[in-house]
Amino acid sequence: MTFRTDRAKVLGLGSAKSGADHWFGERLKSVALIPLTIIFVSIVAPLIGKDHTTVISSFQNPFVSISLILFFLVSFKHLEEGLQVVIEDYVHSKGSLLLLIIFNKLFCWTFGLAAVFAILKITFAG
Amino acid sequence: MSKRVKGNRPLSPHLTIYRPQMSSISSILVRITGVSLALGFILIITWLLAASTNVYYFDCINSILTSWFGIIVLIGSVWALCYHSLGGIRHLIWDMGFGFDLKIADRLGWMVIIGSFVLTIFVVYYSGLLL
Repeated sequence: MTFRTDRAKVLGLGSAKSGADHWFGERLKSVALIPLTIIFVSIVAPLIGKDHTTVISSFQNPFVSISLILFFLVSFKHLEEGLQVVIEDYVHSKGSLLLLIIFNKLFCWTFGLAAVFAILKITFAG
Repeated sequence: MSKRVKGNRPLSPHLTIYRPQMSSISSILVRITGVSLALGFILIITWLLAASTNVYYFDCINSILTSWFGIIVLIGSVWALCYHSLGGIRHLIWDMGFGFDLKIADRLGWMVIIGSFVLTIFVVYYSGLLL
C-alpha cells in the first residue's frame, strides 16, 4: 500500500523536498570559478597600484567589464554558500545560527552588488 | 549540544584526538583561506568603488593598498586565492571519486601547498606588485 502520488513518484524526491541540485550547484560554481579566477587575476593584479586614468580606461574593453561582473556574481554566491556551510558546522545555538546566516546573506549580497555597481559605473560613466 | 550527551554515554572519537594528517590539515586550510578571502574581496571592491567615485577617493585607497601593510595583505590574499583554488580543484577531484589512495592523496596535498607558493610568486612577478 502506498500513499505516494504519481507526481511524487515521477519527481523521485522524498521528505527532503529537494534533491542533489544544491550540492551540484555548489560544485558547478566552483568549476566556473576556475577560469573566471584566472581571468580576474590576470586583469586586476596588474592594475593594482596604477593611476586612476589607467584603471578607468581599462574598463572600456567590454571583455574586462563583462568577465569581471561574471566573476563577482559567481564568487559572491560561492562565498555565501561556503560561509553558510562553515557557520552551520561550527555554530550550534539556533538563535545565533539564524542571525549569522541572515547576516552572511546580507553581507555577501551587499558586496556582490557593490562590485557590479562599481564596474557598471566605471564602464558607462568612467 | 551538551543537553544531548547526558549520562556517561560513549562518544565517538573526536577531531582533537587524531594525529594531524597531511590531508586533514591541507583540507582545513581550504576552509580557512576561503573565509579569509572575504577580507580580500572587501579590499578589492572598496578599490573598485573608489575608482568609480572619483580620483581623490581612488588615490586614498590606492595609497593604503600600496603601503607596506597593504602589499602584505594583498600578497597574503593572492596566496589564499591560489591555495583555495588548488585545494578546491583537489576537492573536485575527490568529489568525482578519484585520488583516495593514500599515496595519491598525500601527493595531491603537497602539490596544492607547493603549487600555491609557486603560483603566488608568479602572480606577484606578473603583476609587478613589488615594483
